[in-house]
Amino acid sequence: MLTSSAFTGLSWSPVTDVRTLFTFPFMQHALAAGTIVAVMAGVIGWFMVLRRQTFAGHTLSVTAFTGASAASLAGVPVAVGYFGICGLGALALAAVAGPRRSLGAESAATGSVGALALALGFLFVSLYHGILTGLDSLLFGTFLGITSSQVLVLLVVAALTLVVVALAARPLLFASVDPDVARAGGVPVRLLGLGFLLVLGLAVAETSQITGALLVFALLVTPAAAAHRITARPFAGVVLSVALALAVTWLGLALAYFSVYPVGFYITSLSFAVYVLARVLT
Amino acid sequence: MLAQEFMRNALVAGSVVGIACGLVGWFVVLRAQVFAGDALSHVAFTGALAAAALGIDLRAGLFFATILGGVVMGALGDRARTDDVVIGTLFAWTLGLGVLFLSIFTTNGSGANGTAGVRVLFGSIFGLSTADVRTSVVLAVVAVVVLAAMARPLLFASLDGAVAAAQGVPVRAIGLAFLGLVGLVAGEATQAVGALLLLGLLAAPAGAAHRLTTRPYAGLGLSALFALGSVWLGLSLSYVFPTLPPSTMIIATAVGIYVAAMSLPPLRRLVG
Repeated sequence: MLTSSAFTGLSWSPVTDVRTLFTFPFMQHALAAGTIVAVMAGVIGWFMVLRRQTFAGHTLSVTAFTGASAASLAGVPVAVGYFGICGLGALALAAVAGPRRSLGAESAATGSVGALALALGFLFVSLYHGILTGLDSLLFGTFLGITSSQVLVLLVVAALTLVVVALAARPLLFASVDPDVARAGGVPVRLLGLGFLLVLGLAVAETSQITGALLVFALLVTPAAAAHRITARPFAGVVLSVALALAVTWLGLALAYFSVYPVGFYITSLSFAVYVLARVLT
Repeated sequence: MLAQEFMRNALVAGSVVGIACGLVGWFVVLRAQVFAGDALSHVAFTGALAAAALGIDLRAGLFFATILGGVVMGALGDRARTDDVVIGTLFAWTLGLGVLFLSIFTTNGSGANGTAGVRVLFGSIFGLSTADVRTSVVLAVVAVVVLAAMARPLLFASLDGAVAAAQGVPVRAIGLAFLGLVGLVAGEATQAVGALLLLGLLAAPAGAAHRLTTRPYAGLGLSALFALGSVWLGLSLSYVFPTLPPSTMIIATAVGIYVAAMSLPPLRRLVG
């Protein structure tokens, strides 16, 4: 994967190795972007696991692929496609997941939205006369070639989303844990649900730019699920989830830098190992 | 259209895959296991690419992985219904492994092309050989026969697990066997519409059928019919407009049927 002539490989001296990591601008950008994404995914993911909306999150991650391929076809910046289509996907999910449906009907609806999004994404890629490596990196992510303006966009969106979540955290927690009591207590449960799906869409759009549309789950679900197993306290859980996501991202990027295998493989495997550890230990 | 051999192969394979998906999908939606089906489709991707990386027959890896995945998922679930967080965590890792195999395959593959990943993800129904079609037909028949054999206890266990268990129905074993069967069908459908899109064939026709009727036999029939219709219409559209990929058109038709069914009232009220 890496062909730079300045690339030296592992030197068996941790200080030198860490310094090597920060030598190249592309790696600095990748680490900055990875950090932003991990913090955001850790927070939003914790709420998503709490609300049992894993399938919805997965479906949104699939729409991220559609967004990116549509943007490539239309010739607009990929980030526009990610954020636009994920927002639309969140609205579509909120619309199909009515409050009175059975579990089976709701999952069929979510699955149909996801399959349609993927089918459209594939159509756009075919119409684009897709460069196939481009398709792979849309689906499975790449940490090469992230520009500083992309990092800035990631930072702004993440900051906005986290502020919104922080402001709504208490009612959102209440509505997630016990929707009926929350509704009786005057909390706008439906509105919060819609708002959370939109925030989730944004988070997914951010994450897929690093991990690719298919591997979003590794940062969004797995660290959060491990945190939920370790502690039930909300604040500690969110902090732990962020810490795990950060650790996995940094280690994954570093490993990918020093080896030939893709970053998505390292990030998913590391976070899965963390989850298994959490399950075994608790 | 029927004069072309590739088109005949695609229609035959697509039809059996559609019927199998429609029938199994009806139970998947009834048991609210669409997410498990989705996870199995990702397992299919990893299995096929692992086989490609190892240089053995793609389909061996595909079916081995999906059936194993189904059984593992059934075994991991504490109760009859598997935990969606467990599923999500497992399949994130499975996909990560798939990416590893993809990169091994594309860097080491001797004389192989770099499109294997795309083919597995999005299917290649127009590229099926007559031998492929024969295998699909045999496997689909096996899947449908197994489903028919376990249909009554499965229905009972899905609708009311506690009562069924009290009556001596082996609820857990049936749940396991069913996920294994979903794995088999997922492997089948991967060849036709690809690992990423088979969810559309499992969920959309069945979702539409559940919306229109609650009667089991009518629902199963409708679901199979919708899936079959989606495959035929999708293939024809793709034949007429060659720029549109067949898997996209099949899924788009299936989702179109689903949306139409959602906007109709249940059949019972239509008929009277």
